[in-house]
Formats: sequence, structure tokens, C-alpha cells
Amino acid sequence: MSSTTVKHPGLNLGHAHGEAHEASEELVFGFWVFMMSDLILFGLLFATYVTMLGGTAGGPGPSELFELKSAFIETTLLLVSSFTFGMASLALKYRTDRKVLVAWLIITLLLGLAFLAHELYDFHKMFSEGGVPSRSGFLSAFFALVPLHGLHVTGASIWLIALLGQIAVHGLDTPTKTGLMRLAILWHFLDVVWVGIFSLVYLGGTA
Amino acid sequence: MSEETSWLLGRLDASALPFWDALQHPTTPNVVNAVIASGAGAMVLLGALAAVVFLTWTKRWRWLWREWLTSPDHKKIGIMFIMIALVMLARAVIEAVFMRLQQAVGLDGGFLTAEHFGQLFTTHGTIMVFFMAMPFLTGIINYVMPLQIGARDLSFPVMNSISLGLTAAGAAIVMVSLILAPFSTGGWSGYPSFTESATNPGAGVDYWIWAVTLSTLSSTLTGINFAVTIYKRRAPGMQWFRLPLFTWTALCTSILMIFGMPPLTVATALLALDRYLDFHFFTVDLGGNMMNYINLFWAFGHPEVYILILPAFGIFSEVFSTFSGKKLYGYGALVIATMAIAVLSFTVWLHHFFTMGQSAHVNAIFGIATMLIGIPTGVKIYDWMLTMFRGRIRFSVPMIYAVGFILLFVLGGLTGIILAVPSVDYQIHNTLFLVAHFHNMLIPGLLFGMLAGTNLWFPKAFGFRLEERWGRRAAIGWIVGFMLAFFPLYALGILGMPRRSAAFFEPAYLPWTMAAMVGAVVILFAMLFLLIQLWVSVRDRHANRVPGGDPWDGRSLEWSIASPPPAYNFPVIPEVHSRDAYMRQKETGGGAHPRPDAYGDIEMPASSAMGPIIGIAGFLMAFGLTWYQWWLVVAAGAVSLVALIARGFVRNATRVIPAAEVRREHEAWIATLDSLTPITRADEQTRANRGLPASPIEGAVQ
Amino acid sequence: MSHRQLSDEEAREKAQELKTYLWGFGLAAVLTLIPFGLAVFTPIATATLYWVIGVCALIQIVVHFRFFLHITLSRNTREDLQLILFTVLILAIMVGGTIWILFNLYYRMMPSMVP
Ligand code: HEM
Ligand SMILES: [Cu+2]
Repeated sequence: MSSTTVKHPGLNLGHAHGEAHEASEELVFGFWVFMMSDLILFGLLFATYVTMLGGTAGGPGPSELFELKSAFIETTLLLVSSFTFGMASLALKYRTDRKVLVAWLIITLLLGLAFLAHELYDFHKMFSEGGVPSRSGFLSAFFALVPLHGLHVTGASIWLIALLGQIAVHGLDTPTKTGLMRLAILWHFLDVVWVGIFSLVYLGGTA
Repeated sequence: MSEETSWLLGRLDASALPFWDALQHPTTPNVVNAVIASGAGAMVLLGALAAVVFLTWTKRWRWLWREWLTSPDHKKIGIMFIMIALVMLARAVIEAVFMRLQQAVGLDGGFLTAEHFGQLFTTHGTIMVFFMAMPFLTGIINYVMPLQIGARDLSFPVMNSISLGLTAAGAAIVMVSLILAPFSTGGWSGYPSFTESATNPGAGVDYWIWAVTLSTLSSTLTGINFAVTIYKRRAPGMQWFRLPLFTWTALCTSILMIFGMPPLTVATALLALDRYLDFHFFTVDLGGNMMNYINLFWAFGHPEVYILILPAFGIFSEVFSTFSGKKLYGYGALVIATMAIAVLSFTVWLHHFFTMGQSAHVNAIFGIATMLIGIPTGVKIYDWMLTMFRGRIRFSVPMIYAVGFILLFVLGGLTGIILAVPSVDYQIHNTLFLVAHFHNMLIPGLLFGMLAGTNLWFPKAFGFRLEERWGRRAAIGWIVGFMLAFFPLYALGILGMPRRSAAFFEPAYLPWTMAAMVGAVVILFAMLFLLIQLWVSVRDRHANRVPGGDPWDGRSLEWSIASPPPAYNFPVIPEVHSRDAYMRQKETGGGAHPRPDAYGDIEMPASSAMGPIIGIAGFLMAFGLTWYQWWLVVAAGAVSLVALIARGFVRNATRVIPAAEVRREHEAWIATLDSLTPITRADEQTRANRGLPASPIEGAVQ
Repeated sequence: MSHRQLSDEEAREKAQELKTYLWGFGLAAVLTLIPFGLAVFTPIATATLYWVIGVCALIQIVVHFRFFLHITLSRNTREDLQLILFTVLILAIMVGGTIWILFNLYYRMMPSMVP
């Protein structure tokens, strides 16, 4: 990363982007700080989940409810979407044809939506097997932690759609570029949180 | 509370009116309480009505909207935060006086029902922490910090306005609960299982949850905003160890907000899930347990008390050094102590529940960690005393608060160390000893700090000094009133009187509760004096103007500009060469008010309606959630979502102030300065003070 | 902003960064597959499996930060690493503290809550 003075944590746009590179310093740093605050939120929900593992109250527990293969598919969807967002970031940074950028973004969005659909289907199945949050403390903790991640993905997807709209209306100007920079961080961050969920909740639960 | 709910009003019906119960069951206590509650509700209603009439009468709606509500200017937002704080302070102090009255006559009864008393201590505590202290310190940091670091605004001005909207919405929820009652009776900490729907199905706890949630969101955003501003917007040369101490404390407080607010968000959100969607986090059955709530709440609660105290430490640092006419003693030690306190404050939360049943070694570890905080705090006390040592002290109002603070805060700190011993805590936990302790920290610490800061920076914000005599009376009233009102509570605590008691049956308590009531009345007078001070100051504003902008011979950059400052703060961003940047500038050849070689165009954020939109939508969502008016929740939620998305499409969110205008304003100010007579510090409290101190290099006798 | 020819240096950098993402993706995939494979296809002892899951998860999180979020140790001149490390510290205190406190309470008062 030689030609770039580093303005903020993570991938930097570089001088070729002039104003957007300058503007990103404050915006992206601020977004990182927000992410870290959000991380505390998730951390505490993880902790709560661990302390509620024993609270099944005679209801179904992890091994009865979780399906590892299904969670694995979700993991894959999210991981691939992280990679495709990376490709979008590179397309943005190296000023590849805008169509390429938009294509990567749309692929990412579709993967995100597929993840959500799959997750909803999972929850639906859990519900039909009696795995509802009002059944036990354990299930409450599960349905606070995992859907909160899902809600974040939903929010990120809405933001992605909004940014596609901004690209259509305003082109790749400074606000859209810095928006994409921040969304990229959110997207990768959600993947990190999912690593925690997959490992602790799903792998740990069915082991 | 009726069982069936309508789609329009949800579960809101006539029984929410504060006098409804008394109409149904007109017993004497019911009527007395209904009169008090309805009086309070009527005051809120009349106050709001009066404001509306006044604004319409003077045709100021447009002005209010344009100049204030939609303004992204950190100075105006700061002032609005402080106005919220003062209004809420008035309400919470009145509530406190009612509680003291009740306990003064509370032997075998009293005049308030337990239910009413419960609402009083809950709203008092909730307001004081979330809607008095937080907006007050947020307002002061908002106003002062950018000026101290030589910035033109915060990093995210519109987000700042959104923070204000969210806090205002939360405060409004607490106010509305006086008209459409009840509020929670669960205390400011809202412990389940008492606050679970099984035991407490009404709207009260829900009001509390959403008011607090709005405040937490606001504070998280504020913390991010302040921290990023201090990281990214310092003037050239403003290195870390040149920051004024107030800015240091603002930074540490912001970091505590960023990391300390999430546990509360989690705690209240999980409680809401329990109440609304039948989850089982904190219920007594089906695998829930309330201990995790208590744990989460205090994982927020302890950082919170340092969020409250650190900015006050910063203000006092500025006050001691300014009014002793000396540079701060032990700057480096103060900075390190501030950081140490900030980090340590995350490691002690268990001392709020020593008695919950964990093993002795867990208690011991957290007890020791708690005592450790005494060390950096002690360092600070010595630094402040040594700052005064051999200084030429002027006992102006902020200094009176500061000296009162040092004396009383040390006492409060000592009782804190006592409480940090788990075995002692077992004896006095949940008694009035604790109540005395935390008020001993919060009133001399936080509140005196905020009032000292108000007296210190008021002339900066409004261009005229606050009146001194009434200011002094108010300060002394607060100090004396505090001692009378709270020292007896230490005794009561040791005698075993539990906190939150509506009534008691032990005659030995009576003399102490009577004394405490006298103290509360003195405090009420101090509040009144504050009002008079404000009134007299506004009345005599022409005589007390300080157009020079530097009434106290100040040391940091905020004093180098006009009072009130122009919208862009600095005509030219200053360059900093040392600590106490402005004092240094006055002492060296450059002069206090150098004329810049050239002026440039200044780009400032444009007004935005985002703050009011999110604020109003937040209020409606909270209200709808409380009363089960789901259509309102969905509609208000949709509005905020659409507004946020639409905001992303806005371009040209700045306006440009042309260089010529900046030059004109600055030269006009310099011309004013030339017409002023410089004064020495000795004349600071007289009307000769026009905000232009005599230059130290001209050998003025200070 | 239009489609533009990259300078040599930029082209090199781009190839470099593309490689970063590919490495990240590859490593993350492997680190997911190891515990998943062990859990599903082998009769590995539970305790060992927990260790494998934990270690792989930690490494994978570092991988995500390094290769997707581009946080590296070398650029420690800036605030980024400080921020993240401070967050890790606070997380450790709060999460560790919560688990410690609650399990201590469970052992003493609610043994049924210990899984
Ligand atoms: C102005 C003078 C004040 C008076 C006379 C006063 C009086 C009281 C009284 C009588 C109580 C109830 C004690 C009990 O539980 O029996 C109380 C509780 C409380 N006060 Fe104050 N107070 C004052 C100022 C403040 C300030 C400035 C703050 C915070 C910044 C504050 C925060 C609290 C809190 C958090 C509670 C606990 C509420 C609860 O039990 O849930 N008070 N106060
Ligand atoms: Cu504490």
C-alpha cells in the first residue's frame, strides 16, 4: 500500500480519489468507533447466551434444534458475500468500469438476501419444532443474539440498496464513495460476528 | 387498566388520567395524592401551553425552527441541551423535596401513597441521571470543547442534532407520564423481577424502558461524535499533551459513553423482550434469572458515574487554574489520572451488588479494584490544591463551587471507600447511607461542576456576565443545603433506615429526617436564587456585557474570540504552540488579537431537519410502544427509516461564508476591542469588566 | 469518475490487494471447514472439538480483520489498532466478568443453570 497515505483503519481509497480520500478520514474512523460500540452489544449478548445455556427449562436444547448443515450453508453465503464485497471495494478503489462495481454489489446483495431467507427458514423450522423464545431462557437468549445479527444484515442490505440508488442518481461522487467504504466495514464486521455465532452457537451447541 | 385494547388508543384510556383513581375511590389519601399528581400534570400542560402561546404571540415559530431546532451549530445545540437539563433539574428537585417532606412526616404514614412515592424516586433518579446530568454535561462539552481545540464544529453536526432530538424525546416521555400516568415504580435501576410484566403489567415500566433507551442511543451517538472530533479536528499544533484538561475529560467521558452505554441498551432491550414478546431472560421461571440484569445494568452503571463526574473534574481544573491565576499544577498527572479512572471504571461494577450471593473472593477482588480508583482521584485532589497554593485566588462564583466541591467530594469519596469493603457493605447496603454517599458524589461533584461551568462560560455564550451576588448566594445555598439534607442520611443509614421507604415506624429516625427536610428546603431556595440570578443577569445585561470575550483572563482558546462567538468560531483557525495556548499568546509578543494576513471562505454545515424529525419520530415510537398503539409505532418507524435513507441522497449539505464577510465581522470586533479599557483581575467582578484583561507583559499588578 | 488506465504501480497494488482478498477467503474457508468437518464427519472427543472450534474461530476472526478489514500490525502509527485493542480489552472485561460472576452465582445458588 505504498501510494496511499493511510487516513483511517482498513482499506483506503488513495490519493487518486482526492476529495473522497480526504473526506473518508473522519467518516470512516467515526464508523469504526460505532462498530466497536456495536461489538460490545454483541459481546454482551454472547455472554448472556453462554450464561443461559443451562436455562432450557426442560424444553428443547441446542442439539435438538440446531442443524449444522443449514448453518454451514449460511456461513458459506455470508463468507462469499464478504469476498464479493471485497471485489466491489477493489473495483471502487481502482476505478474499474462502474458496471463491474454495480455487478459485484448486486451479487453481494443477493447473497445477503439469500442468507436472510435461509435464516428465516431455519427459524421457521425451529418454531415448528417448539423452539420458540417464550419456551425457555435458553431459547430467549438464542432469539436475541442470532436475529440481532440478522437484523443487522437486513439493515446493511437496505443501506446497500440505498447506495445503489445513490449511484444511479448521483454517480460515484464523494458521499457515495464514503458510503460504500463504510458499508464495506459493516459487511465484513457482520461476517466476523457470524464466525462467533457459527462457532459458539452452532458448532459448540451440537458438538 | 382495562383488558381489551382499541386499535387506535391501544391500552390508553381514561384510567391513565392522574385523578381517575381518586374519582373512583375518593378516600382521603387518594384525593391528596391525586391533587398533587394532577397539579404536576397541570403544570406540564400549562407550561407547554404557555410556550406555544408565547411563540405564536411573538411570531417566533419560524425563528425557532430556522435558528435553533434545525441548526447544526454545536453552540446552539449545546445551549438547547442545557435548557433541557435545567427544566428537568427543576422538576427533579421539586420531586426530591416532596420525598423529603414525606419522610419528615412519614413516621407511621405520611401523606403520599407508596405507589406515588415509588414514582417519585423513580422519576427523580431517572431524570437526574439521564435527563439532567447527561444533557447538562453533553451541552457544556458541546459548547466548549470545539472552541478549546480550535475547531469550527463537531465532526458530525447533523448527528449531533439527532442526539439532541433523541434526548429531548426521552425527556418528553418522562414529562408526558405526568399527564398520562403512571411512570414506573421500579427505581432508576428498574430491577426485575419487580419490573417484569407478571408483577408490573402497566404502562409505567414501559415508559421507563423507552425513555432510557432514547437517552442511551443519544449518548452513544454523542460519545462517538465527541471522540472523533477530538481525534480529528484539533487545530494545527494542538498535540495531545497540549489539550486543555476539560477537553481531556471530555475525551475520556466520550470513550466511556461509547463503551459503557451498550450494556444498558442490552439490559433494557432484554427486559423489553421479556415484557413484550414473552421472552424469559429475567423471569423467575422457565430458565430465566434476574441476576444477569443486575450484572448488565451495573456494567453500564459504574462507567456511567464516571461519565457524570469526569467532565466536572475537567471544569474544576479550568476553574482552579483560571481563578488562581496559575497554570494547572501536575497537568501530566491529571491527564494520566483521568485515563486511569476511565479504564478502572470498567472493572468495578460488582460493588453495586456485593450482597447478591457470589463468593467472598469475587467480592474481594472487585472491592480492591474499587479502592484502587481512590488513588488517581486522590492525585487529582492534591493537584487542584497545589494549583491554588500560592495562587492569587479570586473567589468568584465558580471558585466557590470548586472549593465546596473539594471539601465535600473528599468526604463522599471516603464514604465510598467504606462502602467498597464488602463486609461493611453487607451492613449498610440498600440503606440511606448509600443514598447519602452517591448524592455526596453527584451534587458536589457533577452538579456543582455543571453550575461552576455555567457561571464560567455563560459570558462566552451570551456576551454578558452572570450576576455575582445572587450567584454567590445560590452557591452557598447549595453547599449548606446539601450538607443539611444529606449528612443526616449517613446517620439514618447507620441506624438502619432502608432507602426507598415511603414510611417508617422507628421514632429515632425522626430528628434526622426533619433535619434533612430543612436541608431540602434550603436547596429549594438555592434553586430559586439560581433563577433570580438568571433573571437579574438578563435584566442588567447591558451593564455586564463583555464584548472583549475574555472576562476572566482565560487560558485556553475559547477566550480568544468574541462573545458570543461567530457561527464559524474562528475567523482563521489558530495555530497552537504550547499548553494554555491563549495565555501563552497573551504573554508573548504576538498579542492577544493578532490580525490575520488573509481570510478565507469558510464552509459550514447547512441546517437540517433530521434532528427534529428523528426526535419526534422517536417520541412517537416510544409513546406508541408504551401504550400498545402499534399503528403509531409502525408509522413513526417508517418515517425515521425513510428520513434516514433520504438523507443519504442529499448533496450540498454545506453553506459557504465568504471571506469578505468573515473579514468584516472580525474587523468590527477588533474595532470594538480597541474601544475597551483593559482591566486587572482585581476589577474582574465589577462593571468595568468588558472582557479585555490587562496584558500580563505590561506589568499589570494582578 | 470514468474508467481510467491504471499506472504500473497501481496495477501492482491492485494485484496485491486482490491476492489479499483471495488469501483471506481461502483461509477463512479452511478455518470454517476444519471444525465443521471434524464435528460432522468424525467421532472426535467433545473436549478436543471445543478446543479446535475455539482456536479456529479466533484465528478466523484475526484472518477477517487482517485480510478483509485490512487491519495490520505494521501501520501502528495510527489510532486504528489502539481502538481495536481497547475494544478487545473492554470486551474481555465485560464478557469475562459476566460469565465469571454468573457462573459463580449459579454454582452457589442455582446449580440447575450450569449446563
Ligand atoms: C437537589 C437535591 C437532591 C435531593 C434533595 C435529592 C433527594 C433524593 C431522595 C430523597 C431520594 C430517595 C432516597 C430514597 O431512596 O429513600 C433520592 C434518590 C436518588 N437521587 Fe436524589 N436528590 C437530589 C439531587 C440529586 C442529583 C443531583 C442526582 C444525580 C445527578 C440524584 C440522583 C438520585 C438517584 C439516582 C436516586 C436513586 C433513585 C432510586 O432509588 O431509584 N439526586 N434523591
Ligand atoms: Cu460503582
